[in-house]
Amino acid sequence: MGHESTQLVPVVVTHATWLWLIPLFPLVGATLNALFGWKLQGIFGEPKSMKGGRGKQLVHFIAVGAMMASFAVAAWSFVQLKGLPAEERFLQQTLWNMFTAGRLSVDLAFSLDQLSMLMVLVITGIGTLIHIFSIGYMAEEPAYWRFFCYLNLFVFAMLLLVMGDNFAVMFFGWEGVGLASYLLIAFWYTDPEKAAAGMKAFVVNRFGDFGFIIGLMLLFWGLGGAWQARPGVLRNLDYVPSVEMNSNAGASTAAESEALAPRVHGVKVGPTMNFRELRDQVVIEATGVKEHLAGTTVWGVSLLTLIGMLLFVGAMGKSAQIPLFVWLPDAMAGPTPVSALIHAATMVTAGVYMVARLNFLFVMSPSAMGWVALIGALTAIFAATIGFFQYDIKKVLAYSTVSQLGFMFIGVGTGAYWAGIYHLMTHAFFKATLFLGSGSVILGCHHEQDMRKMGGLKKHMPITRWTYLIATIAIAGFPIANGFYSKDEILWKAFTSRHLALFGYPTPWLGPAIYVLGLIAATGTSFYMYRSYYMTFTGEYRGGDGHHGDAHAAHAATAHADAHGAHAAPAAAAAHAVHAAPADHGHGGHAAHPAPAAHGHDAHGHGAHAAPAAATAAPADDHGGGHHGGTPHESPWQITLVLAILAAGSVLTLFLGIPILWQHTFAHANTPPLIEHWLEPVLLAKVAFGHGTVAMEWVFQGLGVLAATVGFVAARAVYKDNKNEAALLAMIGRWKGVWTVVYNKYYVDELYERIVLRPAAAVARSFSWFDGKILDGLVHAVAGVTKVFANFDGAIDKYVVDGAVNGVASVISWGGGSLRLLQTGRIQTYLYGALGGALVVVLVNFLIS
Amino acid sequence: MQISLPHFLIVGALLFCFGLVTVTTRRNAVGVLMGVELILNGANINFAAFNHYVVGGVSGQVFALFVIVLAAAEAAVGLAIVLAVFQTFKTIDVRYADLMRE
Amino acid sequence: MTQSTGKIIGWILGTALAIGFVVVMGQLAIVPAMKAMPPGEASATGLVDVLFYVIAGLTIAGAAGVALSHNILYSAIGLLGALLGAGALYVFLAADFLAVAQLLIYIGGVLVLVLFAVMLTNRISEITVSNASLGLWGGAMLFIAVAPVLLAVALVTPWETITPAAAAYTTETIGDSLLTRWLLPFEVASMVLLASLVGAIVIARKEIKAD
Repeated sequence: MGHESTQLVPVVVTHATWLWLIPLFPLVGATLNALFGWKLQGIFGEPKSMKGGRGKQLVHFIAVGAMMASFAVAAWSFVQLKGLPAEERFLQQTLWNMFTAGRLSVDLAFSLDQLSMLMVLVITGIGTLIHIFSIGYMAEEPAYWRFFCYLNLFVFAMLLLVMGDNFAVMFFGWEGVGLASYLLIAFWYTDPEKAAAGMKAFVVNRFGDFGFIIGLMLLFWGLGGAWQARPGVLRNLDYVPSVEMNSNAGASTAAESEALAPRVHGVKVGPTMNFRELRDQVVIEATGVKEHLAGTTVWGVSLLTLIGMLLFVGAMGKSAQIPLFVWLPDAMAGPTPVSALIHAATMVTAGVYMVARLNFLFVMSPSAMGWVALIGALTAIFAATIGFFQYDIKKVLAYSTVSQLGFMFIGVGTGAYWAGIYHLMTHAFFKATLFLGSGSVILGCHHEQDMRKMGGLKKHMPITRWTYLIATIAIAGFPIANGFYSKDEILWKAFTSRHLALFGYPTPWLGPAIYVLGLIAATGTSFYMYRSYYMTFTGEYRGGDGHHGDAHAAHAATAHADAHGAHAAPAAAAAHAVHAAPADHGHGGHAAHPAPAAHGHDAHGHGAHAAPAAATAAPADDHGGGHHGGTPHESPWQITLVLAILAAGSVLTLFLGIPILWQHTFAHANTPPLIEHWLEPVLLAKVAFGHGTVAMEWVFQGLGVLAATVGFVAARAVYKDNKNEAALLAMIGRWKGVWTVVYNKYYVDELYERIVLRPAAAVARSFSWFDGKILDGLVHAVAGVTKVFANFDGAIDKYVVDGAVNGVASVISWGGGSLRLLQTGRIQTYLYGALGGALVVVLVNFLIS
Repeated sequence: MQISLPHFLIVGALLFCFGLVTVTTRRNAVGVLMGVELILNGANINFAAFNHYVVGGVSGQVFALFVIVLAAAEAAVGLAIVLAVFQTFKTIDVRYADLMRE
Repeated sequence: MTQSTGKIIGWILGTALAIGFVVVMGQLAIVPAMKAMPPGEASATGLVDVLFYVIAGLTIAGAAGVALSHNILYSAIGLLGALLGAGALYVFLAADFLAVAQLLIYIGGVLVLVLFAVMLTNRISEITVSNASLGLWGGAMLFIAVAPVLLAVALVTPWETITPAAAAYTTETIGDSLLTRWLLPFEVASMVLLASLVGAIVIARKEIKAD
């Protein structure tokens, strides 16, 4: 911090020739698997076998190999980038020109600066690990190749998103990850619920993307004004779009376009979709672009605020912020590696990345920043409280992700961009660990996701348990793992920020308010994460009965489909009964009920997960301990290895973010955290923070640890070894109303159903009624009138017109019958006719002339 | 009178006229084709004559060559048709090949 | 209205047209033009001229034979005469290549083909009565109507002639121009020949099929 006075200069571009390789490899991998994966699996593996054969090995060699190659190129790029001077760390490669319109030229180009480099490393690195994890997790999946194809496709799109040099490429990636996300959530598309979850994610994202596109359009609308002719700045003083588009002088090549745009202080001022050029135009004030943007208002609202808020709507959709977060918990229907990769580590952080990438725009509008930070804080606490009482382990993690994304938005919203990005990175590590750990647990417990049916797993799954614990420590915010450093920095920056505004009104109190919300959310985070840990890994194993039977049913290979049906039916019935129970019993009988309100999702998840288990386990009897009476078992090495690496990463990445305070105190150094230093040239938008004293900073760090401890202690007291459930249930009984509301996720889905779906359906129904009664009535009335006329007309037609026509026809028929005698059918007769005609023509010609 | 353009034109015109008469009066399909050949020859003589006396060069001769080529093609196809007609009607009298009147 | 009455009416109309045509054209065009024709300068009739007249006579006689002969075989022989004569006339016109082509293609190809056709459809007994009186009458009318006009045009028009070039070998020139200026028509002609070849085979094949 404290570089406010640095003179801003245009970005120095270093051209690279290998950047295209990074997204190419996953694309090639996806293509290969899409085209040949099925064949490979069929030829080299036994088609009947669900267990991985040689074909599956080939499939995952292709996918993992592509990821490793991509990661290797990314690491090489990182080394290259590191070798450049800090201000010149900008690698760029233009592949080809996508389109040129007038002076605007849009290329398919990639760029790597410090920010996108970080993202690329996270995506390819963690992506590689999750691919390896998937080998173990999806081993029994029949559509193995499809899974890896989608995963590679996703990585390709995500790399486009972060490496795109301009809005167009980024937007391709933005939509591409949406598509891949949809495909992967609905991976088991035969289950209607999962297919619906995929659809929900896609549709909710459309809402966000709509805002995003409007924001982009507004941005270019505003910039269009800035790019207009101003004396002395632009060469062509009268900018007429049609002339510009059609004239031969308009740029037809990139080079011409370059030549046409005038330069101010070495910066091209003209239409562009390029991030770097846009950034240069905005930050170098001599171009006047910033002045113009800041001065534009739409109906009295600052254009920049509007742009910022609308772009953030896009981020809301992609990054699951209030109110568009509803798709993310449902997205847990996808396979667990997908949840880890897409819905925790990478795609959902696209919104954060986008805000950080456009920091030079957001920083100009305190209102937009305040909006981002406030939504982030509200989401953080809101999702954290929902996470308190979820029983589905993946749902807990999903809400936790939403909450952590909220923290990231607090970071980028308050202007602590690097802290937000740092949290993005730490979150990628520990949340990937947690998700993969939960995946390991789910696999170990035979596709059981309900934490009430787990417990005591630390005996059976030691590696999973330890990695899960480390990640829990990280997310809870103890200083021995990375989560503390990023979260603490975000909260401290939130507390000291005084520049935020809301809708144009300066609100210096917003920063501390966000801090308080964030601190409570952090406490909650610690609580629900330790709760999930204790419920899953301590106490006695509570699952097994149902799965014991399930396993046996699966062993009866001839009738496994029937067995599955029989199994699913009672499960659904039971869920139904339990669900109905609280409503019938009322308050009195409630405490006696150990498992109130088994949620529909859980029941469905259970039944649905049993389906692949029953279907796939039958021919493959050597599947670990899964069929030894239902005891949980540790996962294969691909899974535990990945877990160990990610857990180590969760700890080691803390060294990237050692606060300046600590260095000052312990080492008498004054260097900023490594990651801040690294990102500084990109995140040049400087925001003035209030300066707290050293003592205050220590106090706040202590508060952060205290919050984590409170959550930890509370969770331990209640859930450790599942001993104190009675106390918990008593508490639930006392606060039943609140508990029910929170348990049901504040009825947000129901609310959406009320305010969005039902009105939409009602409108549709009313239209239907209108159509059926009014429109159809009109149509029928018109039809009746027409019918009368038609009958009348028919009579006329029949007797008058037909009479005339028939008369004419018979006359012509008679005439034709006579004349047809001329048609002898002989060529020579016709030739006579033709020659006679020619003679007549010649004769007439002579007579006239 | 020196042999000059009109002489050839007269020969061409007479060939044309006889060809025309042949085409229109012959009842034998092969005869009709012969008439066509006569007409084409009349035209060819005109081509060659005009080339020699009016234009110079060889372009008229080239035209005549093309006419010869087309005539050969026409003869081949025409005679094949005659054979087909003969096959169908058991005669090559064009008066009986009058299916076109229907 | 029976067919025969229609036919008779048609012929009467056609004859009237032909006669009217001849009369009108003669009155309006040919007679005045003949009067206005520049008198040709008399010159000695040389051997070449005699040869020309002989060959022209052969040609026209052949053509007349084709048109008038009752026997299709005589017609074919008349055609041979006409084609030979036309080929010889090409020599007069300094078109040596054309003359040879005429000889090869027409007489060697087409005429033989015609003779084949005559033989293959060999019902000569029927063919001898090929010319009905009405057909001959129509042909005569046609001849009367067309020939004078063409002859008048040939004789009367003041052609802007050049001094004919001396006879030279044209083969090379024709070859060059066929492969340069007339390349496209040349290629198209080859396509036409190919198509007609295929077409002729396909059409004639029916005979075998029907058997």
